Amino acid sequence: MTSAAITAGKAGTGRKLNSMSRDRAWALRWSYFFLILFALFFLTPPIYMLITSLKSSAEISAATNPWWVYAPTLSNYKELLGSSQYQIFFRNSALVSIFVVTLTMLISVPAAFALSRMKFWGSATLATGVFLTYLIPETLLFLPLFKMFVTFTELTGIELINRWWVLLLVYPTLTVPFCTWIMIGYFASIPKELDEAALIDGAGWFQTLTRIFIPVALPGLIAATIFAFTVSWAQFLYPLAFTTSTDQLVLPVGIITTLIKGDVFNWGQIMTGALLGAAPPLIIYAFLMDYYIAGLTAGATKG
Amino acid sequence: MAEVTLNKVVKFYDNVEAVRGIDLGIKDQEFVVLVGPSGCGKSTTLRMIAGLEEISGGEILIAGDVVNDVPPKDRDIAMVFQNYALYPHMTVFENMSFGLRLKRFPKDEIKRRVDEAARILDITELLDRKPKALSGGQRQRVAMGRAIVRDPKVFLFDEPLSNLDAKLRVQMRTEIKKVHQKVRTTTVYVTHDQVEAMTLADRVVVMNGGRIEQVGEPNDLYHAPATRFVAGFIGSPAMNFIPCAIEKTAGALRLVLHGGLGFDVPADRTKRYEAFVGKPGLSLGLRPEHITDARSPLEPGQQAMEVDLTVTEPMGMETLVYFGINGTEICGRVRPDAGARNGGRMTLAAQLNHMHLIDESSGLVV
Repeated sequence: MTSAAITAGKAGTGRKLNSMSRDRAWALRWSYFFLILFALFFLTPPIYMLITSLKSSAEISAATNPWWVYAPTLSNYKELLGSSQYQIFFRNSALVSIFVVTLTMLISVPAAFALSRMKFWGSATLATGVFLTYLIPETLLFLPLFKMFVTFTELTGIELINRWWVLLLVYPTLTVPFCTWIMIGYFASIPKELDEAALIDGAGWFQTLTRIFIPVALPGLIAATIFAFTVSWAQFLYPLAFTTSTDQLVLPVGIITTLIKGDVFNWGQIMTGALLGAAPPLIIYAFLMDYYIAGLTAGATKG
Repeated sequence: MAEVTLNKVVKFYDNVEAVRGIDLGIKDQEFVVLVGPSGCGKSTTLRMIAGLEEISGGEILIAGDVVNDVPPKDRDIAMVFQNYALYPHMTVFENMSFGLRLKRFPKDEIKRRVDEAARILDITELLDRKPKALSGGQRQRVAMGRAIVRDPKVFLFDEPLSNLDAKLRVQMRTEIKKVHQKVRTTTVYVTHDQVEAMTLADRVVVMNGGRIEQVGEPNDLYHAPATRFVAGFIGSPAMNFIPCAIEKTAGALRLVLHGGLGFDVPADRTKRYEAFVGKPGLSLGLRPEHITDARSPLEPGQQAMEVDLTVTEPMGMETLVYFGINGTEICGRVRPDAGARNGGRMTLAAQLNHMHLIDESSGLVV
């Protein structure tokens, strides 16, 4: 082959590649532009929180550049982690979240199985009804719930208000409908022959659920778990309404109520508390991310 | 091992009657194929035997016991599904042993049975794989293995080969037959493919519109169909149906096709067809292989006719020829070297000894 032919060939393929890679390059440029824009937008608050948490109170109130730490200090972290109150908030949050997640899964997985697989009178209507429940905003729900608890206390003498464990009754009103709905979707994507095969193999409903459906729909189950955990960990309105004394508070409410004294904002510790509070969901996300992504897309195609 | 009996079995879906009173006796170790077009009730019947559908009326007996209200797991049956229905999160071994593990069989017994079934199906080296790592044919084998290890009274197959490509389907068909010859379990097999039905079955049950049209051995159905439906459904290419009338001539009967063409009715059928002289609504049923190229002299029972071919389809071992008789398209099968060509004129011979006379008003073969 002559060198001319080689150059011609190269030029030919080069041109072809160019036209394709030009499109691709533009697509990439736009993608990067928007991705960076969004990343900046969403990362700015936590970065600001991190910067502020490393400052002393004096530096925060000083008129220096708010985006720079001149005298970094871990005093906020030491004080907060050493405070017994913060430990109680953290413990309450952890207990509430763990129990709520467990409770939610124990209710919504069998519920979803029943609604998606056992044909009974009104099951389709009920499935829609479950989802509609989720659409009612919590701001509408907490007043009647509060009233119900007060009435319950009047009738039975059992105190429900200002008890951290009452949140175990309240949070599932948010988590159960949504998780049930997610799981109905996952279970519906499992071919019907699979439970028929299990039925013939001798499995009862419960065994079909535990040995076939739950393993097969594991990504969906993890997605639902993450959702339930996030909701119960970050919930603010309900604990604000239902709990008041400091030993009953959960993290989000506790930070606000104890670190804001009148009109004095302890910004350094507020930011530290919020950052530390965001850590557990972050860690869980990091561990389950692969499953979570698979879970979000698994229902898209049958396979 | 057991016989299966269906007594006047009926199935309603809301107000639609999917199965309209089926009576069927399946003998021990028999391989019975339910065949029919989609919506004929064959799958519903199978699912009622399995216990996956409730029985609206009548009764089903397995090994002499009425099982109408017995749940599937207590009927001692195994089923192979069209889409295999393997448990995706379990290995082949776990898939096959699932039923036994639920029944708390001892471990070594489970292993023995799975190994034995794997050997029969030639899937021993696949036991550690997950279903997604298997090809369609291998998955089908595993599904069969899952049925075999249970050593059930009855095997139920619901269109097990429909998801496979044509070549593999033929191969697996032979496999299924081999397996049945080895394990000899009573088998009910549902398919819409009449070739599958003919090749696999000890007896074929042809269903249509929720009813049984005819039950019989494959060759009986082929050569002596009881109804027009069976005559048209079994056999490929399908039987030709040509509107005709019967006329009486001196001492014999003559079959007059609507188009002027006519044949003499074979002497041994004169008596059977005599009652239909001059009656309207009759059809002549003649299979393509009974319309062949005329050789001289004609074989006994053959009668010659001159036709204009419209289309010819060379198949290699034979050539299919198509021609019209008064608007009805007729298919015949001639030797490849008989000189058939599109638009050509040809002398064909009809083998009237194999004719069927159909009374269109009742749909029965006379």
